[in-house]
Amino acid sequence: MIVLPLSMDIFRLNLIGKYLSYAFVAIGLVLCWGYGGILSLGQGVFFGLGGYCMAMFLKLEASAPENTAIQSTPGIPDFMDWNQLTALPWFWEPFNSLSFTMIAIILVPVIFAFIVSVAMFKRRVGGVYFAIITQAIAAILTILIIGQQGYTGGVNGITDLRTLKGWDIRTDEAKYILYFLCCFMLFGCLLIAQFVRKSKLGRLLVAMRDKEDRVRFSGYDVSNFKIFVFCLAAAFSAIGGAMFTLQVGFMSPTFVGIVPSIEMVIFCAVGGRLSILGAVYGTLLVNLAKTTFSESFPELWLFGLGALFIGVVLAFPDGLAGIYKTWIEPRVSRWLVTIRAMRPPLSSSTTADTRS
Amino acid sequence: MFAEYTASELTSIFAMQGFAGLILFSVFVLMALGLAIIFGQMGVINMAHGEFMILGAYITYLTSNVFSEYVPTLFSGYFFLAMLLAFLATFLLGALVEWAMIRHLYKRPLDTLLATWGLSLILQQLYRTVFGAREVGVTLPDWLMGSYPLTEMIEIPINGIFVMVLTLIISLGVYFMMFRSRWGCQVRAVVQNREMASAVGINTEKVDRITFALGCGIAGIAGSAFTMVGSTGPTSGQLYIVDTFLVVVFGGAQSLLGTIASAFTISQAQSTMEFFLSGSMAKVLTLLVVVGILMLRPQGLFALKIRH
Repeated sequence: MIVLPLSMDIFRLNLIGKYLSYAFVAIGLVLCWGYGGILSLGQGVFFGLGGYCMAMFLKLEASAPENTAIQSTPGIPDFMDWNQLTALPWFWEPFNSLSFTMIAIILVPVIFAFIVSVAMFKRRVGGVYFAIITQAIAAILTILIIGQQGYTGGVNGITDLRTLKGWDIRTDEAKYILYFLCCFMLFGCLLIAQFVRKSKLGRLLVAMRDKEDRVRFSGYDVSNFKIFVFCLAAAFSAIGGAMFTLQVGFMSPTFVGIVPSIEMVIFCAVGGRLSILGAVYGTLLVNLAKTTFSESFPELWLFGLGALFIGVVLAFPDGLAGIYKTWIEPRVSRWLVTIRAMRPPLSSSTTADTRS
Repeated sequence: MFAEYTASELTSIFAMQGFAGLILFSVFVLMALGLAIIFGQMGVINMAHGEFMILGAYITYLTSNVFSEYVPTLFSGYFFLAMLLAFLATFLLGALVEWAMIRHLYKRPLDTLLATWGLSLILQQLYRTVFGAREVGVTLPDWLMGSYPLTEMIEIPINGIFVMVLTLIISLGVYFMMFRSRWGCQVRAVVQNREMASAVGINTEKVDRITFALGCGIAGIAGSAFTMVGSTGPTSGQLYIVDTFLVVVFGGAQSLLGTIASAFTISQAQSTMEFFLSGSMAKVLTLLVVVGILMLRPQGLFALKIRH
């Protein structure tokens, strides 16, 4: 992550930054799905909510009265003007302040995730049913965003974002800074996820995934742990969404719906559903492959992607990290052992030298 | 919102929308029956179900083209042959998929979701390569066109009646196959207790394969019927998959009667609201209510009383 900026031009770097913002979602999914056994097919919802919160703030800044003087009502975003809205809707008002936006990026998706997960986990809905209901929520939100064009920008989403507190986010320099910011945040999320995984909560999650009833009979309130980890995953996704908006410069319903949500699950599955770092690499790898493939063979790409899903699920359920664990690591360590076995005479002679 | 209509207008609006809802209901039932067998009985999440439907639709389209090209005299009857072909093709594809993928994943239901999603992507791209990205529609034979006037304000399209009759026949067929035949008995035995079923001499692998293939075959018929009410494109299947899953889950996954009841509720609600609100808001409201009810009653409307 640190080496890449030195070796790439700004376009590629921005692309990598975009992929890294998906990695936030994948990390959340590793915790939620790999460890907790809760498969959510609606992570795009949280990604989108975070992204939209950021985009609303940026859009309000981009449509200050002096920039939008040609509209019939200056001072409101351009798509509202096209849809004959004359005043800013009430839920857009608070997004004039940056500090509120920062809080909202995390809080809105987390509250939403909390409501959904409390309703589901307290009544012991899990597994397949949870997956289908989250998927339905993703569908509902997409239809809602597209349908309410005047409030959300419809299919196009919120576009033409320019500045963050007067700082132009479209320059090369800004892109560098945003890339590093994204890496930094991702690193933070990695650490938090690692901490959760190593803690007692992480062990409980695994226990719950494998035998939920036993954990419940041991006196733990299973649903609370599930709610917590689901909300944490939602918060990660939301940060990813906000970073995505900042780096790409727009947000649209195409990142909210069912297809992107499932793709995010795939990133996580390819990287390895039990490895936090693997999720990041999986995301990078799938997206890089997607870009290069679809540039050169647009026809074949979907075949490749489909085959990748089937292959990963059938042959490598633990993904890249699983391959590493079962194939590469033992060989490398065996190789290291043989090297070490060859070395003793050499090292003993050197120690003898130093002694003398 | 009712104020601007007179009482008789309201009655006919409700009748018309109710009938449009009935057509939607038939389509939902056809889509959901196959899924209810695959998901409800076998516990496999088949995200490629929509693509199986589209395969049926494309086969109907091909058959109609062949008939109008070579045997125009028999054109009025092509639909029956098309449905048979659609069923056979999706049945075989289903059996193949079960053999290649699904049978390795029975113990990991969430993974079937990912694998079949991959399959659906492959099938979509295949349709795009073979049939092109544009939507295609079939020409209906003359006797299916037009509509039947009931009163001055209420008219009933004939193809709608045909779809409804078809749904009725297929639902009855599925009912008899699942609950009145020896084979259905074996399926239910395997679903409830796989080890015990195989201990009493049921070939569970064969039952699994045929059940899955049959679910896919019904999807193929659904797709074939679907060409009468709408056009078909490579990604049409994806539009319906969420609806279909919700219908099955809402009705209670293991109950075929529940599936039909929930298809009726959802389709009527959506079609009636569509007249008064915009189409997308009607859909959002319906889905929201369904999700809300599912949160209160996770087992669906008609749950089998089993101890877990």
